[in-house]
Amino acid sequence: MKNLFLASASLWEREVIRFLRQPSRVIGALVPPILFWFFIGSGLGKSPFQTFSPEENYMQYLFPGTILMIVLFTSIFSTISIIEDRKDGFLQSVIISPIPRSSIVLGKILGGATLAFFEALTFLLLAPLLKIHLSWNSLFIALLLLSLISIGLTGMGFILAWQMDSTQGFHSVMNLFLMPLWFLSGALFPLESASPWLRLLMILDPLTYSVAGLRTAFYSQSLYSSGNFPSLTLCLFSSFIFCLFTFTLSLLVCKRKT
Amino acid sequence: MIRIQSLSYQYPHASSNKKMALENVSFNVEKNTIFGLLGPNGGGKTTLFKILTTFFLPTSGSVEIFGLDIFKKMSEVRKKIGVIFQNPSLDKKLSVKENLTHQGHLYGLSGLELKERILLLLLQGGLLERANERIETLSGGMQRRVDILKGMIHNPSLLLMDEPTFGLDPAARIALWEILKKLKQNGTTIVCTTHLMEEAEKCDCLAILNEGKLVALNSPSNLKKEIGGDVIAIETNNATSLKEELKKKFNLQTMLLDEQTLHIEKEKGVELITELIQTFGEKIISISLSKPSLEDVFIHKTGHKFHTNSR
Repeated sequence: MKNLFLASASLWEREVIRFLRQPSRVIGALVPPILFWFFIGSGLGKSPFQTFSPEENYMQYLFPGTILMIVLFTSIFSTISIIEDRKDGFLQSVIISPIPRSSIVLGKILGGATLAFFEALTFLLLAPLLKIHLSWNSLFIALLLLSLISIGLTGMGFILAWQMDSTQGFHSVMNLFLMPLWFLSGALFPLESASPWLRLLMILDPLTYSVAGLRTAFYSQSLYSSGNFPSLTLCLFSSFIFCLFTFTLSLLVCKRKT
Repeated sequence: MIRIQSLSYQYPHASSNKKMALENVSFNVEKNTIFGLLGPNGGGKTTLFKILTTFFLPTSGSVEIFGLDIFKKMSEVRKKIGVIFQNPSLDKKLSVKENLTHQGHLYGLSGLELKERILLLLLQGGLLERANERIETLSGGMQRRVDILKGMIHNPSLLLMDEPTFGLDPAARIALWEILKKLKQNGTTIVCTTHLMEEAEKCDCLAILNEGKLVALNSPSNLKKEIGGDVIAIETNNATSLKEELKKKFNLQTMLLDEQTLHIEKEKGVELITELIQTFGEKIISISLSKPSLEDVFIHKTGHKFHTNSR
């Protein structure tokens, strides 16, 4: 057991060190979503969607979705290193070491999730500029959700990257599969304004609950008001299930392929 | 130290009529030796290496290392073997010391014990002054040295190496063999794959693999003795007709290596070579006489040349 955690901690530490030593990665995951948020948000000005309060502007509306985008970019891109590690030969030496596969999964996912969490946290520092005043309670909820999404999305990246041999292939999957998940998460438009078929897709999208949860934490007058769909409890529960699901699947996938 | 019995391997996605990557290979590796797995590309040596390192499960057969079945006691075996792959398995963004520390953690080492072990290895490998430099700033030879230290972090008594001198310049190759000899002196058994004859010569014992089969097993000198006498190689424009003429006139057994090359194994080759030149002088482009080399051993055992891709 001690060895499992020692190995996981070591793999986790490696992820963090590698990330910090590549400034392009630190900036690459953070700046594009911020620019996207800033330009689109400023361009549209007043929000066409009145979800919480009539004076809400679109920058405010986009804020939770942008956080999700930062997490998505950081966590998913951190798992590309699995493909590179396999090519470089680094992964071979980890696979034939006496550690259980679960410590590879644990170290790698927690490593990526840590990076995603802190990148998103950096962006969250802009919240006061948007007149988002977080109570301790709502900050706690936001951070909890952030942790769950970071682990869940890194897990998803792990499942894809572990089975792939080329980074180009990974990028295609990212565009084909992961970006639509973000588009449909309620990051750009709310559930209520979508047509019925789109709404169905959005309800099935696990990221919808992450964005909705963050939105509630940031803007709702009352965290547990009964009127909102999805409710905060449902958001937390869904995000937790998503996180558990991708983690378990990562373990299974990792055991299958060398 | 290692017992390999009736080992076979077929790649999972290979069609059923495709040859096996390894076919019924059996041999033992004695303690405290440098054991070479020699073979041309595609001969099966890397497949065997991957099975020994527990990376692949064999289709059939068994392997014991330190008396442990490596597939039933995989975790225990993994703790005791050091593995060095063809391409350095280092993280280029980390320093020498960080790479070694990380590897130590994978093998359950930590704290003072690990620090002391790393210090000792860095001293032995002559890398103490480069300890804090990132791998990407080191030369290929130095990276290889770090890779070996990495494989030695848990002080294994068996070191498995795939093409240990891959990508190294001649000076770095010589230095690497010096390291291997030192390791052997300190009691480590080394098994390495190679497709280079000059490297194979340096091994205490060789297993020659061709098309997945074990074709020879002995020390390099004994293998060469098996041929006996000298080796004559003739280059000619039409090797097939010359082969027939040699058979008629001298009752000579020759081997046709390709359309232009004949291979003859014969005692007192000097006498024969003079006669050959006198009789077939015009047909011969070049003729050479030599003591048997490992290449000749390979030809003797398989009937064809040892094809190697240049590095």
